[in-house]
Formats: sequence, structure tokens, C-alpha cells
Amino acid sequence: MLRLFGRPMRAASAPLSSSTTSSIRMLSFSSPRTAKPAPTAYPPEYRLKPAEKWNEGESALDRAGRFFLMAELFRGMYVVLEQYYRAPYTIYYPFEKGPISPRFRGEHALRRYPSGEERCIACKLCEAICPALAITIEAEERVDGSRRTTRYDIDMTKCIYCGLCQESCPVDAIVETPNVEYSTETREELLYNKEKLLANGDKWEQEIQFGLDADSHYR
Amino acid sequence: MAPELLTNSFNKQTQRDLIQQKNRKIRAFTVNFGPQHPAAHGVLRLILELHGEEIIRSDPHVGLLHRGTEKLIEYKTYLQALPYFDRLDYVSMMSNEQVFALATEKLLNIDIPVRAKYIRVLFAEISRVLNHLMSVLSHAMDVGALTPFLWGMEEREKLMEFYERVSGARLHAAYVRPGGVSQDLPAGLLDDIYMWATQFGDRIDEVEELLTDNRIWKLRTVGVGVMTAEEVLNYSFSGVMMRGSGVLFDLRKNQPYEVYDKIDFDVPVGINGDCYDRYLIRMAEFRQSLRIIFQCLNDMPAGPVKVEDFKISPPPRSMMKEDMESLIHHFLLFTKGYSVPAGETYTAIEAPKGEMGVFVVSDGTERPYRCKIRAPGFAHLGGFDQVARGHFLPDAVAIIGTMDLVFGEVDR
Repeated sequence: MLRLFGRPMRAASAPLSSSTTSSIRMLSFSSPRTAKPAPTAYPPEYRLKPAEKWNEGESALDRAGRFFLMAELFRGMYVVLEQYYRAPYTIYYPFEKGPISPRFRGEHALRRYPSGEERCIACKLCEAICPALAITIEAEERVDGSRRTTRYDIDMTKCIYCGLCQESCPVDAIVETPNVEYSTETREELLYNKEKLLANGDKWEQEIQFGLDADSHYR
Repeated sequence: MAPELLTNSFNKQTQRDLIQQKNRKIRAFTVNFGPQHPAAHGVLRLILELHGEEIIRSDPHVGLLHRGTEKLIEYKTYLQALPYFDRLDYVSMMSNEQVFALATEKLLNIDIPVRAKYIRVLFAEISRVLNHLMSVLSHAMDVGALTPFLWGMEEREKLMEFYERVSGARLHAAYVRPGGVSQDLPAGLLDDIYMWATQFGDRIDEVEELLTDNRIWKLRTVGVGVMTAEEVLNYSFSGVMMRGSGVLFDLRKNQPYEVYDKIDFDVPVGINGDCYDRYLIRMAEFRQSLRIIFQCLNDMPAGPVKVEDFKISPPPRSMMKEDMESLIHHFLLFTKGYSVPAGETYTAIEAPKGEMGVFVVSDGTERPYRCKIRAPGFAHLGGFDQVARGHFLPDAVAIIGTMDLVFGEVDR
């Protein structure tokens, strides 16, 4: 039935010989193909089924034995039974959570410096790179003369979480937190503004810093 | 033409059609299969014309998941276009990224570091396992064997954890970039992949124990969806659909990309060209992928993971923060992108589903002038009418399963 390139897999697939195929086909209730053009000649590299010999395959007794004893079904059932005695792989999700790596890309946040000053300098690299055009930034000079954003919106319904914004940010201001549990009831709640993003940053600062430190060798 | 004279999609009347027409008392029954059918793997809509339960004509309607990816890419830089490729075939993400990265590298005329190539091959094979787990086991689920699907989900979970550790996302990785990969492998990941790979052979054995000899599985797959080698070539099937019919063609062997020429693996080829042979091939490809994964783990060289040309790949962050030159490069790469020399390329790889190709035309700017994606699933679905004609309605489900359709790439 199946050959590996270069070496025939005859021995491995012995029980699946062509005589079994024909008996299966006899049991199959599908009608055979109708609109199939008969191939006249095949180029030599095409693999054709070898002709069936009269003494190939197993005896009628063997076949009857397998048919009535349902050996292969019971072997399968035993494998299923084995699974029953294994420890479950599932977890109780809201109470247990799977591990995530420091690189995980979840909900966005804007970070601050330890002094409390916001990091973003409105260079608009993230706005430029965002493939989904989810980020909108407006900026002007603040009273103390530093350049800061007056508006930093992320449309979380557009965002594709590619992580290019945090890759592009030269001051590590926009980052993706490990948080994924921010589903909302209305669409409007997913249009994040600067306050929401900064609040996220304040809330997740420890995790963000841990992730950045853990991954700093690779960035 | 009057509806009762319509026999099949090409209006060719076989002898059998004529006899049926003469004896016909009722018109063929038309059934809408999908687009919300649980066995339709997403948003496939099939218009099936049934004679009793026999399919006399089927008409796949595509486009329900059309997002205009090809057109969108024309307005994105090469780096921005990359995440769109994840979303084509969303069960084998990194393979899609790889084909676009290879095409861009060909246009840029650059060669990437060996370590990056090994990482790409390693994750391409992990993607192949991910994809075949989904395709074989959801195929099994569609024809009635739910249990192995759940085991497969467990393995997929482990593999997606590797995806997440390396790229930060479980599904849409955006990891394989033109010029290499985005980040190096985290420490300990290769050990964990090795631990996973040592046990995965047993999981394949369990699935095979449940399916390969099982008479129900064989009744549903043996002799169903038979395609001859000639038909397969005429309908431009590729990948497992082609190898199942005995055509020995695998792009990893026939035109090796990355480091596949240094890796030892076999290409399984079927004989009968039915669903069962294609299932056996996918099971054999699991084992071949495992072989490749082991070889990648053993031979993984040290070194950089992306080209160290800051005109193409961004400089490391430590340099970017201290070195003005690097900062300028960083800003240029993330705003303007890199311009790609004018030219065009058709680059294809052996994606898990078949020949995944991308035809990129560059006019010398930072954005591709045209990006045509050749998705294997689209050709397979195009041949659905030919494969399914004459079969029964439940066989259509088996054929959809064996074609391994994912609508992200069919509709793109």
C-alpha cells in the first residue's frame, strides 16, 4: 500500500496487502468511480500497484478469524483503556493556567520610568510599523518642553498581536503584557486610549519587567 | 440549458448520465453543504447535487473567508506583510512565513546564517507535525473516531507551547523573517523539543493502533476519493494528495531549500491514490518529520540567527540604544523598510498541505508590487468535483478531510 522513497516498505505493511483491499472494497457500499478516464500509458516513474498474485495475502481462514474475532478493534480499545489510567492533561482553566514564556504577546500597555514619567516620546515608530493600522498617535510639546503624546489609541479589535510595535519601540514604552483576559462586553471597551494603556502598564509593570529581563539576552 | 439536461459541471454526458436521464422521474436533489457545517472544516460551502445519496455534481463555493491578503500586501512593507502569511494556513503558520521569507531573500539576493536555516527547518517540521495532527485526526473525527483527535490536541498543545516560547504567540508567530528569524531560541527549548520528540513516536503508534487496521476506518477510506496519477497532475494537486497517487515529487527533495539537502529523510509515496493511502502517507510523514527534527536538534550550529546587515534586519536592542548609527538603521527599518531590488520570483516550498508558492514582483521599492499566493488547498478544492463524483454523501466528508482544507489559505 505504501512505499518509502528508495526502499520498499513491504514487510511493514504486510497485513495491508492488496487482497485485504479488495475484500474491503467488496464491503464498501460506495459506488465505484464513474467519470474516470482510463489512463492509457504511464511514464515509467509513476508508481503502479503491482499485479496481485494468486498465492499472495492471507488465507481465507485467517481472514475469517480476524473478521469475527475483531482483533484490531479490541487492540484499539485497549489503547483507549490505557489512556483512562493516565493522568489527565487538562487543567482547570480559570483556577489553573498554563505556563507562558517571557516573550508572550498579549494585551498592550504603556510603561513609565521608575520616576513616574511616561516613557513614550511620540516617535510614532509603532504607528508606522503597525501592519493593521491599529495605533493612532497625536503629539505636541508639553509645558516643560518635552515631547509627549496627547493621544495614544490602540484599536484592540484591529490589532493582530504581531509584536512589531514593541520590537520597534526605542524606549520600551509600548509593550505587550502576558495578560490575555481582557474580554469585554462591548466593542467600544476595546478601543484603548492612553489612560487605559498607562493603567495597564502600572498594573502589569512587575510582570513586564520580569519578561524584559528574562529575555534581554535575546533581544 | 434546462435544468434537467444539466448533468455535471463540464456538461459532459457519460453513457450512465444518459441512461439516468431517460429513467429520471425526479430532478437531482440539491443540498447546501455548509458554510456552517461542522464537517466542512471552516467556511466551505458545497452545493451538492444528489441522486439519492450519490453525489452527481458538487460545486464548491469559496470566498467566505476572503480578506484580500494579496492586495493588502501590496500596501505593506516586506516586514509588515509577514504577519499576514501566518493567517493564510492557520494550522501550519511558520511554513507560510518561510515561503515569503525565502522569496524576499531571493529578491534581496542574500543568504541567511546556517543556524537560522536549521531553526527554520526545525520549526517547519514542527509545523508539519502540527498540520498533520490536525488534518489526520480531524479527518478521523469527521468519519466518526473522536478519540484520537483529543490525543492529537494534547500534542498540538505541547507544540504550540514551543511556538509560544520561541516567538511569543501560540499561533500567529511572526517568527520567520526575511533575513533569518526574529529571535534566537531561548535556552532549554531544544532540550524540551527533544523530550517531546522522544515520546511523540509512541503517540503516533497509539493513533495508528486505533486507526490503521480498524475496519470502520478502512471502510470509510479505502477506495474513497481515488485519483490516478494522471488526474492528480492535471488538477495540479500537490503534496500528500499527489504523492498518494504514486507521483514521487517533494520539493524538499526535488529542489532542496534551506538545509534539506543536508538532512536524511524519506518521502513516502502511495499506490492506490485513495484516502487510506493518503492517511498512511501522513502517518509516515510524522515519522519522517521526527527524523528531521532529531537531526536538526543534533546538528544545530551556533552563530547568528539573522543576517548581520542592518539594512535588512534590525540591530540588537543593546546596540540600538547606544549606537547612533544603529538607531538610524532601526528607525529606517521600522518606518520605511528596506527596498528590494526590482525583479520577480516564484518561490515554492513543500508546505504540509502541498506546494505553497508565492510569486512576488518587486519594482525596487519597499513594498511588493504584486504578491500572488499559490495555496495548495485551493487546487485541491478545485478538484473536489472530480474526486467526489460518484461517491456517496458521507464520502464527501472523508474527501474534505483528506484534502486537508484550511480556508485561510483557500480564500486568502
